[in-house]
Amino acid sequence: MGQILYAAATIVVGVFLCVAYFWGSNAVLDRIFPMKGPQAAANVRKANAIRPWLFLGPSILVLALYLVYPVFNSIWLSLHGSGGQEFVGLDNYVWLFGDAKFLESVRNNLLWLVFVPSMATFFGLVAAALTDRIKWGNFAKSLIFMPMAISFVGAAVIWKFVYDYRGADQEQIGLLNAIVVGLGGDPVAWITVPFWNNFFLMVILVWIQTGFAMVILSAALRGIPEETIEAAILDGASPLQIFWRIKIPQIWGTIAVVWTTITILVLKIFDIVFAMTNGQWGSQVLANMMYDWSFRAGDFGRGSAIAVILMLAVTPIMVWNIRNARKEGN
Amino acid sequence: MEGHAGQKASLTWAVHIAVAVLVVLWTVPTFGLLVSSFRDKDQLAVSGWWTALSASEQTVAARTDSPDAQAQEGGLWVIRGNVFESGKGKVASWGTSSREPAAYGPGDTADLGDGETLAVEEDGSYLLSAQSEMSGSRGQRIYVQSLVPPRFTTENYGTVIGAEGIGRAFLNTFTVTIPATVIPILVAAFAAYALAWMRFPGRALLIACVVGLLVVPLQLSLIPLLRFHNAIGLGKGYFGIWLAHTGFGLPLAIYLLRNYMVGLPKDIIEGARVDGATDFQIFRKIVLPLSFPALASFAIFQFLWTWNDLLVAKVFLGTSDSQLVMTGRIVELLGSRGGNWEILTAAAFLSIAVPLVVFFAMQKYLVRGLLAGSVK
Repeated sequence: MGQILYAAATIVVGVFLCVAYFWGSNAVLDRIFPMKGPQAAANVRKANAIRPWLFLGPSILVLALYLVYPVFNSIWLSLHGSGGQEFVGLDNYVWLFGDAKFLESVRNNLLWLVFVPSMATFFGLVAAALTDRIKWGNFAKSLIFMPMAISFVGAAVIWKFVYDYRGADQEQIGLLNAIVVGLGGDPVAWITVPFWNNFFLMVILVWIQTGFAMVILSAALRGIPEETIEAAILDGASPLQIFWRIKIPQIWGTIAVVWTTITILVLKIFDIVFAMTNGQWGSQVLANMMYDWSFRAGDFGRGSAIAVILMLAVTPIMVWNIRNARKEGN
Repeated sequence: MEGHAGQKASLTWAVHIAVAVLVVLWTVPTFGLLVSSFRDKDQLAVSGWWTALSASEQTVAARTDSPDAQAQEGGLWVIRGNVFESGKGKVASWGTSSREPAAYGPGDTADLGDGETLAVEEDGSYLLSAQSEMSGSRGQRIYVQSLVPPRFTTENYGTVIGAEGIGRAFLNTFTVTIPATVIPILVAAFAAYALAWMRFPGRALLIACVVGLLVVPLQLSLIPLLRFHNAIGLGKGYFGIWLAHTGFGLPLAIYLLRNYMVGLPKDIIEGARVDGATDFQIFRKIVLPLSFPALASFAIFQFLWTWNDLLVAKVFLGTSDSQLVMTGRIVELLGSRGGNWEILTAAAFLSIAVPLVVFFAMQKYLVRGLLAGSVK
């Protein structure tokens, strides 16, 4: 109970401080440069030059401290030993590229990068195209979208239960093994099968992200000008032809957005692997390896080196996004 | 899109079926979790959740009473009793050795040799009889396969909320989530307004920075910020995680809100300026109320993200009961209670219940936010 009060008090104090800062700093500015008197015009100009920085101040401070500084600090740390003291040059990177677990993580991350965005986009596109044609489409969408609200940890429990394994002499309580046994096969401990277990983990993220892809792509499909479709119908195109030849080419931009958004998420994937296998049985990924080295082994140098590799991996997408945003802004 | 000229009835059916298959595939895993969390833990351990409505078969290893209880009846030494401790149940089959636990049906009589016989009735009552006085201190083993009617219970929830610490973790999660949602909105709203409606040098550059920061992996921030928090004496705790979540959520907040505010009608804002309103007044009286949908969108995002987060909580909070959030507690249970599905399913369902309620109640804003937030 005391904790709740503490949290509530913090919200009140925090909100009050924020409001007090913005209101107070604006009031001070208006007092220093009043909008009346002989220098009113000059004062307004001066106040208008300063005011944006009052509005932006807290954000710039937090962004600089919590996102920009860490990027440089991580690079610096990655060139230093485990405690961040002695300079070791590129030793951490040399070690990384000779480490079997790291190479396994890179391979797995690449598998994730190919499989998850493509499958989620594919299922999302199929779901969007199909649900737009039927009356109960919105209801169906809602249910396919639902896993988006479920945490990776919750999803891990849900799917670990689906993949549950019992010996062949026992009754299977995991859905997947029950189906396999029902079809006459032998039960398998799915998440411990090297290489293939990666795909059983990826399925979880596909399951979560399909709803996201569906929502975005559905809006894009609805935005396609009716005339292009009507013209195709008049020309005698079949529904499938209309979909693949007329609709898809018009939403390529949106498909790219969905793909890159999921790609960024996949690069950072941590919780699912952490909760399901913790990187055992050949399922390690970069983010989990980074956590292991940083916070289990306590080696900040190696942990930071892995984080920097992650940063390098997202940099092309970052540059692409910035260029697109600037193009749109102009 | 309905009723295309080229669309055939058979194709419509195919669409219905395909969507139905997708919906089933996407909901069955969660449904299984929900059903299992309400099942009796003994039944859950031996049968699939899809059999939850049918009686499940359980093997009970029982013993007859010890020979001390024998009585003489018409020249025979007999022991009577019931294999079910509660006296209730239905015997499907029974046996006297673990190798053949289902050798006999209810009502059958087994010959145990040396003139001893054992009979077990359907209601569980047994009759052990012998020609001569029985000796020994322990009774005869009986393995009974019984059909147990399905049983649903909320006991699992009681266990996880109390003994397994999920109740406390639930409170901790709220303690993390609410300030971590409210603070970034406030800070970001002012910045978004400045980037949308104020003219100053460097604005375009700042917007580009925000877009770039959207994709910075938060893994990069963990070590530097933990060291920073330790250096300034903040250490691990709620204050640190609120600040961390604020920092990580800010780029998306500014981006979403700015995109929305830019689209507000220019006439209103310019008109207010001409009338002598200051930016602070315009922001508070015009822009903020009009931006409610975008504020709601971001609030939902940030709430879901902070509620569902595991990594930030693991790094910036301690592992004591007073700081462990639900995701962290569940991961711990996955390790220590890996086979106890009644605990895992109930705990997991409690942790996803709040986001699901928010999701279904506010879906409209979530969709709107997604559409605005994906970088075009």
